[in-house]
Amino acid sequence: MPAVQETIDQVRSIDVDQYKYGFETEVEMEKAPKGLSEDVIRFISAKKGEPEWMLQWRLDAYKRWLTMREPNWARVSYDKVDYNDIYYYAAPKKNPAPKSLDEVDPEILKTYEKLGIPLREQEILAGVEPQNRVAVDAVFDSVSVATTFKEELKKAGVIFMPISEAIREYPDLVKQYLGSVVPVTDNFFATLNSAVFTDGSFVYIPPGVRCPMELSTYFRINEKNTGQFERTLIIADKGSYVSYLEGCTAPKRDENQLHAAVVELIALDDAEIKYSTVQNWYPGDSEGRGGIYNFVTKRGDCRGKNSVITWTQVETGSAITWKYPSCILRGDNSRGEFYSIAVSNGKQQVDSGTKMIHLGKNTTSRIISKGIAAGKSDNTYRGLVSAHRKATGARNFTNCDSLLIGNECGAHTVPYIESKNATAVFEHEATTSKISEDQMFYCQQRGLSEEEATALIVNGFVKDVLQQLPMEFAVEAQKLISISLEGSVG
Amino acid sequence: MLEIKNLVVQIEDKRILNGLNLTVNNGEVAAIMGPNGSGKSTLSYVIAGKEDYEVLDGEILLDGQNVLEMEPDARAAAGIFLAFQYPLEIPGVASMTFLKAALNAQRKARGEDELTTPDFIKRVNAAATQLEIPKDMLKRALNVGFSGGEKKRMEILQMALLQPTFCILDETDSGLDIDALRIVSEGVNALRSPDRSFLVITHYQRLLNHIVPDTVHVMSAGRIVKSGGKELALELEANGYADYRESEAA
Repeated sequence: MPAVQETIDQVRSIDVDQYKYGFETEVEMEKAPKGLSEDVIRFISAKKGEPEWMLQWRLDAYKRWLTMREPNWARVSYDKVDYNDIYYYAAPKKNPAPKSLDEVDPEILKTYEKLGIPLREQEILAGVEPQNRVAVDAVFDSVSVATTFKEELKKAGVIFMPISEAIREYPDLVKQYLGSVVPVTDNFFATLNSAVFTDGSFVYIPPGVRCPMELSTYFRINEKNTGQFERTLIIADKGSYVSYLEGCTAPKRDENQLHAAVVELIALDDAEIKYSTVQNWYPGDSEGRGGIYNFVTKRGDCRGKNSVITWTQVETGSAITWKYPSCILRGDNSRGEFYSIAVSNGKQQVDSGTKMIHLGKNTTSRIISKGIAAGKSDNTYRGLVSAHRKATGARNFTNCDSLLIGNECGAHTVPYIESKNATAVFEHEATTSKISEDQMFYCQQRGLSEEEATALIVNGFVKDVLQQLPMEFAVEAQKLISISLEGSVG
Repeated sequence: MLEIKNLVVQIEDKRILNGLNLTVNNGEVAAIMGPNGSGKSTLSYVIAGKEDYEVLDGEILLDGQNVLEMEPDARAAAGIFLAFQYPLEIPGVASMTFLKAALNAQRKARGEDELTTPDFIKRVNAAATQLEIPKDMLKRALNVGFSGGEKKRMEILQMALLQPTFCILDETDSGLDIDALRIVSEGVNALRSPDRSFLVITHYQRLLNHIVPDTVHVMSAGRIVKSGGKELALELEANGYADYRESEAA
C-alpha cells in the first residue's frame, strides 16, 4: 500500500503549523522537504499528538542513527540509498494514484485475477484514489466487518489498534515494552525506523486470554494505510495466546522503494505468539529495475518461562530482502520456531534467515527453511543458533533446503552455530537440489504442463512449512508461490 | 493405432534409431525385444516426447496425428502413456495428490470436466485394490522410499487411472519378484481392450508368459529386424540374440 496516504492527509491538514516547522506552504505539493532532520521528527511527533517521552525517544534514535553505518555483510548488492533524498512524511509521488483500474499496471491486474481477488478489492490493493474507495467500502462492508471484530476483541480485553493510537491511549504499556526487544540502537535500519516510524499495529493480550480470532493487518489496511516505516508491537501477557497475520497475498502497489519495518514480540510466562507473514511486494521488472528494498528487523522475546514464539513467513516479493525474524529464548523451557519459504525469481536477491538465542534452561528451537531460487536470482539462508553459558539443556534442530530452478540462479546457506554450554545439542541439516529434467519429463508424461509440474514439485518441497500456516492462508500462499515462479522454466 | 515410419533419431551426434518402422494396431499387444543398446528405451522416450533426442527423419502417427510436433503433456492427453523403467521420485507430493493433478490436467486438456473428489477417490481405490496397493502407500510421497515392486505397481495404477489408448511398458519386469510380476501383469491384462494397444519392451520371455503378446518384434541397431507372433519370443529365449547381433555388425 502507499504507506503515505496518512501522511498526505497530514500534510493536507497543515495550516499555520507548517510555518513553525519550516515546511513548504503549497499544500497541493503533498510533500515535506526531502531528507531527515530533527525538525522533521518533531513535526511528525506533533502531528501524531505524541507525548514528550516519545518524541525524545525518536530524537535519541535519530542522533544515534547519524553515527551508524549501513550494514554490508548480507549477500545482496544494490545502488546506494541516499537517505537525504527520501520523503519521510509525504508521498514521493512520481505518478499520481490511478483514478481507476485502467491506469494500473496490467501485469499486476493479471496477478489479481489469478489469485481470484474480487474487482473491488483489487482497487484497494492497487491504491485507486480514495473517492472511489468509498464505494469500495460499501461493497465490502468492511466498516461493519471491522466493527464486529472490534467488539468481540473488546469483550475479550484484547487491545488491537494502530500503534500511534496506542501511544496516546496506553502510554504505560507502550513505554514499558517499545524498544525492549529491538533496542533503539539495534541496527542501522531499526534505528532509522525508531526515529521516523509512521504507524503499525499494537496488540496486547491480557493474562489468560486466548485471542478469539486470528488478528490480521488486512482488516486494518482497509481503514488506514500502514507505513513504509512500520512499527509493530505485540505483547502476550501470562498464559495468553495470539495468532497474528501480516500482509496479504496480493501484490501491493507501493511507490516507496525503501521499507524498514520493526516488529517486536513479547511473550510472558506460558504465553504463545504465532506470527505469520506473506510478503509480496513489487520485486522489480525482469531487468531488476524498480522493486522494493525490504530491510526488516523482526524479533521475539520469549521473556517468560514456558513461552512460545513461532515465526512463519512466505516471502516472494521485494527486489532485496534483508530479514531475520529471531527469537530470544530467555525464559526457562521456552521455545522458538521459524518456518520460512523464500522464493526468488528474476533478479531478486534474498538474504534471510533467523537467530535463535538460547539463554534460559531447557530452551528449544526449530528452524525449517525452504529457499527456492529461479531466474537469475540469489537466495541466501543466513542463520545463527547460539547457546549462552547458562543455557543448560538447550536444543536446536535446523533444516535448510534449497531448490534451484534453471541454471542462472544461486542458493547459499550460511549457518552460524555457537555453543558456550556443553549440554547444548544442536543439529543442522541442509540440502541443495535442482528440479531435474527427468522429474519434469515424468510429470509432463502424466499430463502436467511444464508450469503445473514445477508448481507441484515446488509445493512438495515447501509442504512442511505450508502446513504451519493458517489453513486459508496456506491455500493462497500455495497459489502465490506458483504465480511467482511463472515463466521460470523453459 | 500407432504408426512409426522411417524414424531416425540421434542423441549428441550418436545415431540411435536408424529408419525404424513399426505399426501397432488398436487392441494389439506388441512386444519389442532386443539386446542391450539396440535402442528400445530410446524408442519409448521418443514416442513420449523426451527432450534431448533429435529426430532427424520420419514420423510417429497416433490415430493419424503426428505426435512429434506435440509437447509431452499434450501427447499424454492424446493417450500416450509410458510406464518408466525407473520411475522418478517427487518428494513431498503425496501419490494421491499427484494422481489427481495428472488426471485433471489431462481431462482439462481434452476439454472434459475435472473429476469431483469423491469420484476420483472411488476410481483410485478400485484400481489400487486390484493392484494390491495399500491405502497408506497412496498417502506417501510419490515413489519416495518405495521398493522396486511398489514403484512398478504405482506405474500401473497410474495407467489404470489415466486410461491411455497407447501404453508403453519399458522393462516393467526389471526388479520384480515373482509375486510382483504376477500382480503387475494381471493389472496390465485387465486393461487390455479392443481400443487400447500396448508396446511391451523387455529383455526376457518371462514377462511375456504373463502378458501374452499378439506380435513380437526384434530390435537391433535401431531398427526392427524381425517380426513374428508370440512364438518368436520363445525362439529368442532358446537361441539368444546372437543371430541379430551379426546382422548389426553386417
